[in-house]
Amino acid sequence: MGCGRVGARVAETLDAGGHDVTVLDLTSTAFRRLPDSFRGTRAIGNGMDGPVLERAGIKEADAFIAVTQGDNRNYFSSQLAREIYGVKRVLCRIYDPNREQIFSELGLETFSPTRLGAEIMVNMLLAEPAHGR
Amino acid sequence: MYVIVAGGGKVGFHLAQELLDANHEVLVIEREAARAAAVAEELGGNAVQGDSCEVTTLDAAGVSRADLVCAVTGDDEDNLVICEVSRRRGVPRTIARINNPKNELLFKKRGIETTISATQAVLGQIEQELPTHEMIPLLQLHSGLELVEVKLPDTSPVAGRSVREVLLPSESLISLIVDPGGVPRIPSGETRLNAGDALVVVTRRENHEMLREALIGSTHGLDT
Repeated sequence: MGCGRVGARVAETLDAGGHDVTVLDLTSTAFRRLPDSFRGTRAIGNGMDGPVLERAGIKEADAFIAVTQGDNRNYFSSQLAREIYGVKRVLCRIYDPNREQIFSELGLETFSPTRLGAEIMVNMLLAEPAHGR
Repeated sequence: MYVIVAGGGKVGFHLAQELLDANHEVLVIEREAARAAAVAEELGGNAVQGDSCEVTTLDAAGVSRADLVCAVTGDDEDNLVICEVSRRRGVPRTIARINNPKNELLFKKRGIETTISATQAVLGQIEQELPTHEMIPLLQLHSGLELVEVKLPDTSPVAGRSVREVLLPSESLISLIVDPGGVPRIPSGETRLNAGDALVVVTRRENHEMLREALIGSTHGLDT
């Protein structure tokens, strides 16, 4: 859910790996980020809406990934997928590190690019340069 | 008690005002700066600008000592997050406004039992008896049916009429009448309705407005 840069790349990678992938986004223009080689399904609609998720095949899904720009939207849809549709693996992107911590304590598989990005940057800065000066 | 109202729209504003009038400690958190300032001015300073979905905002509002958090923004996903975060911070009671009725099941699954769709209902949940609000949701039944209490005002179009003459919305039923003296009666078609009677009605949520119009008359008072 969410065909931004990250969503499109995840979809492309999984598709190339032989998985059956459906990408959901509010607008069809977002699908331009997918490569021509993408063999999966492109679905238009709001992933916070149960019937939209059903049309996208949520009942048959083994995994659901929420990567829209909205933390709360991602959380909401992830809980829909988990609690209502019983999807086994649910991954959820949460930009806000505080919220991410709470949501992961509530049982979701979450990741915060903010927290991870900051950690990586600090580590890069403090580590010895790999190739001298 | 200390109540945090997340969302300073019409619902949040009127809710806060009623709670303040009832001498509760209230803080409204509104995301939009201009709206927050307007609400703060109206409510004697009991409002701040901030994003209630942010943990830091809730912490700054003293969420851990709140007795109740009402999440009444116009976005269900925000309301869910506000309730989840608040409960995580130890708030004993959360109430969520639900805009899309289809979302109710998810809130229930997440353990947020008290969900409503209007200011009127929020007030009904906090305090069952508010004479100024004539229609109070009592109980959610199965498959979209619910039980509401309607107090007939003096201006009710059905006062003085028999139950048979009342034109109710479909799938609605007057199941009990309690007169002003507190005496309950199971109505028959001949039972006469009087101003001051409290009617317990089974209805559908989508028929609220029609029911209100049938029993109370022209809609007035709080907006939803």
